[in-house]
Amino acid sequence: MTETLELLGSAAFWGAVLRIATPLILGTLGVLLCERAGVLNLGIEGIMVAGAFVGWLVVFQGADLWTGVLAAAAAGALLGLLHAGLTVGLALSQHVSGLGITLLATALASYAYRVSFPKVDSPPTITPFAPMTWLPVPVLNTQTALTLLALVLVPLVAWVLYRTPLGLAIRMVGENPAAAEGQGLSVAGLRTGAIVAGSALMGVAGAFLTLSAFNAFFFTMVNGRGWVCVALVVFASWRPGKALAGALLFAFFDALQLRLQQAGGGVFGVELPYQLYLAVPYLMALVALVLVARRAAYPQALMKPYRKGER
Amino acid sequence: MADTVLRLQGITKRFGSLVANDGISLALERGEVLALLGENGAGKSTLVSILFGHYVADAGTIEVFGRALPPGQPRAALAAGIGMVHQHFTLADNLSVLDNVLLGTEPLWRPSSARAAARATLRDTAARFGLAVDPDARVGELSVGERQRVEILKALFEHGTKRGARILILDEPTAVLTPQESESLFATLGRMVAEGLSIIFISHKLDEVLRVSHRIAVLRGGRLVAELPAADADTALIAEAMVGRRVAPAVKRAYALGEVVCELPAGPGSSSLQVRAGEVVAIAGVAGNGQQALAGALCGEHAPAGGGAVKVRGQPLPARPRAFVRAGVARVPEDRQAVGLVGELPVWENALLERYAEPAFARLGLRRRAPAQAHARAIVERFDVRGTEAAGLATPAAALSGGNQQKLILGRALTGGGDGRPPTLIVADQPTWGLDVGAVAYVHQQLLDACAAGAGVVLISEDLDEIFALADRIAVIHAGVLTEARPAREWTLAAIGLAMAGGGGSVRPSGETAHAA
Amino acid sequence: MRLERRTQPSARALLLAPLAAVAFTLAVTSLLVLWAGAPVGRAYALLLEGGFGSRFALTETLTRATPLILTGLAAAMAFRARLYNIGAEGQLYAGALAAVAVGGLHGGTGFELAPALLFPLMIGAAMLAGALLLLGPALLKSRLGVDEVVSTLLLNFVVLLVVSALLDGPMKDPSAMGWPQSVALQDALQLDRLIERSRVHTGLVAALVLAVALWALLRFTTLGFEIRALGSGPRAAAFAGLPVARTGVVVALLSGALAGLAGAVEVAGRAGYVTLDMSPGYGMSGIVIAMLAMLNPLAVVAAAVFVAGVFVGADSMSRAVTVPTFVADVIVAVALIAMLVATMLTQYRVRWGTPR
Repeated sequence: MTETLELLGSAAFWGAVLRIATPLILGTLGVLLCERAGVLNLGIEGIMVAGAFVGWLVVFQGADLWTGVLAAAAAGALLGLLHAGLTVGLALSQHVSGLGITLLATALASYAYRVSFPKVDSPPTITPFAPMTWLPVPVLNTQTALTLLALVLVPLVAWVLYRTPLGLAIRMVGENPAAAEGQGLSVAGLRTGAIVAGSALMGVAGAFLTLSAFNAFFFTMVNGRGWVCVALVVFASWRPGKALAGALLFAFFDALQLRLQQAGGGVFGVELPYQLYLAVPYLMALVALVLVARRAAYPQALMKPYRKGER
Repeated sequence: MADTVLRLQGITKRFGSLVANDGISLALERGEVLALLGENGAGKSTLVSILFGHYVADAGTIEVFGRALPPGQPRAALAAGIGMVHQHFTLADNLSVLDNVLLGTEPLWRPSSARAAARATLRDTAARFGLAVDPDARVGELSVGERQRVEILKALFEHGTKRGARILILDEPTAVLTPQESESLFATLGRMVAEGLSIIFISHKLDEVLRVSHRIAVLRGGRLVAELPAADADTALIAEAMVGRRVAPAVKRAYALGEVVCELPAGPGSSSLQVRAGEVVAIAGVAGNGQQALAGALCGEHAPAGGGAVKVRGQPLPARPRAFVRAGVARVPEDRQAVGLVGELPVWENALLERYAEPAFARLGLRRRAPAQAHARAIVERFDVRGTEAAGLATPAAALSGGNQQKLILGRALTGGGDGRPPTLIVADQPTWGLDVGAVAYVHQQLLDACAAGAGVVLISEDLDEIFALADRIAVIHAGVLTEARPAREWTLAAIGLAMAGGGGSVRPSGETAHAA
Repeated sequence: MRLERRTQPSARALLLAPLAAVAFTLAVTSLLVLWAGAPVGRAYALLLEGGFGSRFALTETLTRATPLILTGLAAAMAFRARLYNIGAEGQLYAGALAAVAVGGLHGGTGFELAPALLFPLMIGAAMLAGALLLLGPALLKSRLGVDEVVSTLLLNFVVLLVVSALLDGPMKDPSAMGWPQSVALQDALQLDRLIERSRVHTGLVAALVLAVALWALLRFTTLGFEIRALGSGPRAAAFAGLPVARTGVVVALLSGALAGLAGAVEVAGRAGYVTLDMSPGYGMSGIVIAMLAMLNPLAVVAAAVFVAGVFVGADSMSRAVTVPTFVADVIVAVALIAMLVATMLTQYRVRWGTPR
């Protein structure tokens, strides 16, 4: 018990929490943007893989780290454009289109990696972002600039959604597209824009993994984090502030289980298999989904394809 | 009050062979309330949609404040000062009143919304017109009357790049309001007129129209058939103008009446309904007045509004479709494509949608195709369902034309009285909607034949011609309230028109002309 | 741009759709092959040969197709009823584990029963495991409105971790020299070879029989009718009085059981024991196969053989030219998207401009 308390007091622990939370924050914001506009984007898992790979590759080829981040965002945006074309343009099932994009993006990234590095024993590395030691804030100064970016993006996205005409328009197409059209706004244009922007964020989330958290690309990097983000959006009631809270909460438990695993002491003296600890995040996401399902204030037009002119 | 703010000249619009608007010319003065009356299908919605830019007229011109209005552009209509409050609100429940009103008033690229200014303007506008709303309330929590106020405010609101409307079109605004809310609305209309706004008020409720409007225009069959100051209006006259002069329907041969086959319990304010074997009871009413709930209860989809249970042949039935089918209720739903048929499945499977599990057609979970297809073929032949020539009974139901789909549904319903007996009760909800003359006549004949064979028929329809051709007794539904079903010959056209407009069974004394101030 | 429904897709369009999708897929893949620096024509030839061009290739393809047919059927049946089961991977592993638990514990002899009795018990346990695993998300969907896509996806990870834990612990094979693999099934419970000197096992027969059986179920039985009606016309089905809730549960059990069976068949037919990497994405591939087959059980067999052939051929091709094996994943993913678009275009016409 005292060990746990000690843990909670250590800066290293909270540093780990922030580190784990960063891709979740970025990914959840990305899904949030898409779903606020009324479109489910199950491509996130694949887009994160693609973002991780593209960002890393660009840096490996000699570009600086921020160019890598931009490249990852661009990759995400491109995949988002495809998803928009399929779901908004062609009104295909958002579920199947998203899954298809996850499969495609993962396959393409893996393929491209193998083509670029046919014979490697250990994955080639790059120099990742350095911790922001110049920052006078404790815990935060052990994090990289991308974490700061993620934290800044939360109020920024909230600002855009709630305080700008563009954000209002995006929210409206996710609630009542007919109302938006009645005001002469383009539902298709707004949805596409939201999906592209959200997917760019997902790409950056992936880039964090290769450019900040680690320094190389592994095939199983993302490991279901994209799906966790989808669950977190529901848990966060589609609000950026709550998304941050949810991501931090989730990361807290994830960091906790990691530490407990490492400490090896088990819980209350009972030795538990490490897999159980690893399963905690997914189970949490499931539980979160179930808890909020009944009360969920879904954007009312979510997953309903809009046919222009239909009244 | 002398200048014309809106002038429609010779507006004509065709949809295929249907002439929705035929040479309509109207003028609207400043500070005037013009009421637009007419039955469903009379052309009111089309005219207004043309005005607002959703459709382009085939002929005719529109002038707003002396300037020609470019056709087919809602933005142009908005910019010219025309605002519309639709019957079906376009509001986002999860967003606040301010959000809903603010949409589209500022250019998208602005980095910040002038929300404080907008909130102030909103409060101002609301106060000016007597439309009390809380800008930060969530729309989903508002009452229907409050939501309508938000819709009206949307039109009147002036902010950013949006001008407030000077001409307001209200489409059936009191259809969803309580009497008190309607009073509140009339007060608002009065203030709008005082501020120099002009209003087009679409309604089918005569008493309200007489109360608030200065002039009345009546549409029928796409044409403007009457236009007169409200002061000169007589309710009976107007009602007849709405429903038109008809040749007195041939007296329908009355069939021998049998036992009571269906009883619907009375609801709040509504009469109960009894149907006997051999009779047709028609429910007349303007669309959207509660027909869906009534049909749903009679088809077993849900319990009746007033509680209790529907009784068929004296037996109360649980609110389950299967129970109704087994009790011999033949159901013809309003939405033939989404509710009546499964479009992707072949005709023969649709023909058995309700009876596929009966012993004649399935044994131990295995379907007996031969009897099933024979049954389907019999339906197709007997009911003249066309469209299966090319691919036979395997043709997907969605490939049939509307008329043939209806014949298929009808055939299925009329041959499915549980184990092949003729049905006990037929519930036909808008059975001839969208059909050509031939198909309509066919459907009517089938219903009458079923009656002769001893079934009771409940016919829900918006078409008075149809009702008078078929019904023994007629009840009228208005705002969810069902009147007593009286013998057809006791209804005059005027009385039915009035009842459909909410005037109950009595005729208002004419000359009552209390206008909005 | 807007979509306008066609009145009736012509038979020609329905046939052209998959072909057009395949053609597009090949075109896109050619670009990737070029990028890898390999000659396109030769690469495709090797792919074809590696997947179908020799006795060995064919048997390998058929072996690989066996679980794919089953997971494809699992996805097809679920998707038919609009239940998006993305958890086939987890259900497969659950089934495999259940099979080994029944047939392999107690030092490899399983429970104290004759193999003839133990075998059906084993299969039954596997199917039950898979079915129960999907029943949860299905009920969550119908009762609480929880999206089954995310819930089944998350469960996949949980199941895999449970399997890993069990393989490290109670189900570990002590004689496996430290590798995490489960105890093996007794020989008597393992499936026979179907074709000599190959890895094709009788599980293939079972898969084919099931494909035909499910096709017959959909076409000839009342349950099949209920599934089809519910999937394509839920409102009409409810109005007509079809047992909507009951059918939903049956479909969930059926789909999960099929995926669980895939796991059991893989264990009994191939290695004889469970490892963590025994399924290289069979569950996910099953979804793609189901979509390629347009949810038709018989077409699932063809699609499964196609996908299996692509993977086997890619393996073989990658040994001869410098094209990574991931090309198979790309081919399958592109084929899926192309197929979706092609199918949609058979039902809708694209019109440009605004309606008036």
